[in-house]
Amino acid sequence: MDKKLQLTILGIAALFLTACGGSEATKPDVEDKSVGTGTSADTGVSGRPLDARTDLLAKRRVYFAFDSSAVDEENRAIVEAHAAYLAANKNIKVVFEGHADERGTREYNLALGERRAQAVERMAKILGLTGDRIKTVSYGEEKPVAMDHSEAAWALNRRVEIIY
Amino acid sequence: MKAVRILLKLILMALLAGHASLASAILTIEITQGVDGGLPIAIVPFDGAGKQQPPQDVAAVIEADLARSGRFTPLDKKFFVSRPSEDRQVVYKDWRIVKAEALVIGNVKPLAQGRWQVEFRLYDIYKEKQLAGYSYVVAGNHLRAVAHQISDIIYEKLTGEPGVFSTRIAYVTREGVVKRFSYKLQIADSDGHNPLNLWTSKEPILSPAWAPDGERLAYVSFEHQRRPTLYLQNVVNGARHRIAGFDGINSAPAWSPDGTKLALTLSRDGNPEIYVMRLSDSTLTRLTNHPAIDTEPSWSPDGKEIAFTSDRGGKPQIYRMRADGGKVERVTFEGEYNARASYSADGKMLTLVSGAQGRYHAALLHLHSSVLQVLTDTPLDESPSFAPNGRMILYATDRGGRGVLASVSSDGRVRQLLKLQEGDVREPAWSPFNRSTPTH
Repeated sequence: MDKKLQLTILGIAALFLTACGGSEATKPDVEDKSVGTGTSADTGVSGRPLDARTDLLAKRRVYFAFDSSAVDEENRAIVEAHAAYLAANKNIKVVFEGHADERGTREYNLALGERRAQAVERMAKILGLTGDRIKTVSYGEEKPVAMDHSEAAWALNRRVEIIY
Repeated sequence: MKAVRILLKLILMALLAGHASLASAILTIEITQGVDGGLPIAIVPFDGAGKQQPPQDVAAVIEADLARSGRFTPLDKKFFVSRPSEDRQVVYKDWRIVKAEALVIGNVKPLAQGRWQVEFRLYDIYKEKQLAGYSYVVAGNHLRAVAHQISDIIYEKLTGEPGVFSTRIAYVTREGVVKRFSYKLQIADSDGHNPLNLWTSKEPILSPAWAPDGERLAYVSFEHQRRPTLYLQNVVNGARHRIAGFDGINSAPAWSPDGTKLALTLSRDGNPEIYVMRLSDSTLTRLTNHPAIDTEPSWSPDGKEIAFTSDRGGKPQIYRMRADGGKVERVTFEGEYNARASYSADGKMLTLVSGAQGRYHAALLHLHSSVLQVLTDTPLDESPSFAPNGRMILYATDRGGRGVLASVSSDGRVRQLLKLQEGDVREPAWSPFNRSTPTH
């Protein structure tokens, strides 16, 4: 399982490197002296630093401002990365699961969560994903990831989870 | 704003019969703000008149009911100069001494086969006359119900308005830890007693709505394909069926006053819109058609219009339309966020959630004057609904990081909290009047 995931990540990395082309792709790998990473004679473990862009695929959550379903630049990059991956892996189906923070009413938040999931869906469709591979659901404010009642918690809870 | 803190920690005494399982926890009621100057009333402990102790202290239940309403101040029994339990023992002068304006006496006598006879009488001390008197014969597990019914009679005789002590509340509890939550849909007496579990799920449950007959609940549950799906459940026999499970959202049920239709929110066409479902044949009629969010319908008591939440103006606000979807108009203008409106029984007011600067309070909108009256100062209030007599508003809020229910009188004077020993409680809905006599 882990191995498969690793391969996929490498695959995507490659995809992006080719897709993006240019200087970034040809940059030499960054030397990393931190323990357990990079090529180290001390540990005998050989790791391969990944291009920064592939980190986007590790991000499975897209965040939103209060009462908004607008996807900003930073979050757009995450959706684009997943859309590119899914475009290359046509057998995978994806669920966009919309959520809201606890403020306001539960029913309105259910609708808001759906609107957020649909915003991500729309973006993914523009990037080439077909509707039959996408499912959107909303949990409204019912499934927070951060349980306290603070701005920081609310920011984490206003999200769309990209599940595949 | 003197806070009278009476903690009515009532013991778990759930005598349940029927289909549903015994609920695990009971709601306790804490009066967080009372009023001085309620009508002074003397409630004499009901004479047991036998060796057998009744399973419920009927007078204590009546006293707790009347105190909780905020309209009465039950007098301290240690000052009573006599303790009548029969009409002939009542001496009016004894009660003028303790400044009682009303007197309640009664007795509970054991009969054969576990049945009890309950008698009560209510007197006006200054007019020196009996205002009400009834006798009931019931099984032991209906003594609380009789007590609530007596409270309703006393309340109505002395205030001129119907009491709500015999009504019930529906609510959702959440217990457990993150990722292993257990949600339950429950109903209980208006004082939190006799909780009855209607449905348990690992997925969220939302928006219970009582049918006007008080026998059915419509609600949203996520257990079917982890999607908000609408169910109808009979609270008498437990029968349950799915009434809307389309793609997208199926939620926000609201009954028509005649109980034949449900207004609901569906997003099956891609966007949350309000529909009406005729229950006899499940026919759907779409009422709204707007790219904004339209949800949280509530039917006016005369059945002629539906209030709902829409963000068609940019932010969520309350609108109303004819029950056929025509003539839409906005009704809230004050505040950045107004949502989840529901009508008072007389149709003159809406209770709703009103938000500004990131705080969400239970509020009242007087429809005639458009005056918005904020009733609470807690920041995360949700799901307000009127008691059927319009006197109290029940809502969900947060207390110390836990979900609790709270109620506030419509004049803002009396406040109480209803909470569970453990876990959260939310999504309250007050039943319509339910005056059925306990079965013999």
